[in-house]
Amino acid sequence: MTVGIIDYGMGNLLSVKNALEILGAEVSVCTQPQDIYRVDKIVLPGVGAFTDCMSNLHSKGFVEALNENVMKGAKPILGICLGMQVMARKGDENGGCPGLGWFDAEVVRLTPQDSSLRIPHIGWNNIAFNLNSPLFGGLPESPDVYFVHSYYMKCGSADNVDATFDYSGIFTAAVRKNNIMGTQFHPEKSQDIGLKILDNFLRWNP
Amino acid sequence: MIKRRLIPKLLLKRSKYGNKVALVTSVKFCDHIEIGDPVSQAKIYQAQMVDEILFLDIDASRDGRDFLLTDIIHKVADQLFMPLTVGGGVKSIDDFRALLLNGADKVSINTYAVRDPGLIRKAAGIFGSQCVVLAIDAKRDKDGVYKIWIKGGEEETGLDLVKWAVDGEKLGAGEILLTSIDNDGTRMGLDNELIKKVAEAVSIPVVASGGCGLASHFVDGFIKGKADAIAAGTYFCFKDENPMQVRSQVKSAGIPIRIFT
Repeated sequence: MTVGIIDYGMGNLLSVKNALEILGAEVSVCTQPQDIYRVDKIVLPGVGAFTDCMSNLHSKGFVEALNENVMKGAKPILGICLGMQVMARKGDENGGCPGLGWFDAEVVRLTPQDSSLRIPHIGWNNIAFNLNSPLFGGLPESPDVYFVHSYYMKCGSADNVDATFDYSGIFTAAVRKNNIMGTQFHPEKSQDIGLKILDNFLRWNP
Repeated sequence: MIKRRLIPKLLLKRSKYGNKVALVTSVKFCDHIEIGDPVSQAKIYQAQMVDEILFLDIDASRDGRDFLLTDIIHKVADQLFMPLTVGGGVKSIDDFRALLLNGADKVSINTYAVRDPGLIRKAAGIFGSQCVVLAIDAKRDKDGVYKIWIKGGEEETGLDLVKWAVDGEKLGAGEILLTSIDNDGTRMGLDNELIKKVAEAVSIPVVASGGCGLASHFVDGFIKGKADAIAAGTYFCFKDENPMQVRSQVKSAGIPIRIFT
């Protein structure tokens, strides 16, 4: 099985690639839209701003290839951090920008009720996950994972939310719908817990 | 609940014994002692489940030379699956990109942010605020007023501490790494007054550093200093103490922190 990591000029590809390889996956970095047609599963990483991410995906021609492989071809995909956020209908950052539209969701700024809490939300926070989620099988209860972000994905349907975190308010930590998964946190940076989550993605047959 | 973080700080310097990068400790930004290899040391910290690792090339901006960090961070990122912050001599968007592509998650800037504050805004615009750490090295003058120093503690800037921290946040920094030059390597405790001044003025996380010598110093830094994370070099490097011991003491003080059973 080959996992393709989308390289659209943003994000820490190296850590994701190393983590997947340690877990035994064959990894191919997809620098061209046509590369996506040759892989079995897809990882969409990302750091930075929503608008830049979408404009890079568009300008490199990835949007159409992603839609064909994920929506029509039903290939399993994992979005990480911004790579998950762009799966939403729209992002609020810098005046608003349409996303890939795979989830009925909007990406909005984190608003903890306790205003003394810091933004960005950086560091280790525990998540509450859906026990039936294939992404979190075999994990201890309430595991700590590594987050670094200022925006979060506000989902229209609770059915799509597979995990949440508490930051003086409950926010989306992971989403899932059919063959699509996403995590707000960084599994590739979350030590043993994170590697287990990536391993679960590799074993997942939606 | 978000946890406070323990961050070993690995200071890197060109070795006196040949053309390689050595791990060193320092006292008040001087008196460097070579103590080993950064990559193997980082692996030990990974095994001890620290929350993040910080790598600083401490004489890159002093010498004005190119940094050595890219290779080191690449080697580390091959083997470690945890957050890595890297800095020292970072002076351009290209430096940011090179470090991020080689496995860094966050990049800290200090000297060249003071020289060109626009670099903070530019880097945050391209890579996101969460990647940009503003490092501030502070030292009291003879009247006890905090002054900001750059070039590894060699040049005073005349900048106001709190104003520079607030400006850094406005420009787009996502975190502040605050080091007390006076307390660095002394093991006498953190400068909690310094940390609190900055932590109360900004709304981004503050990583405090300089002076930890006892596990209780970490507790003080979190409670009195209001630090979100504490970075320590000398304290962890000499192995008399380890992150697990600190963790349990911090936990006992009622501070949220990751615990492993």
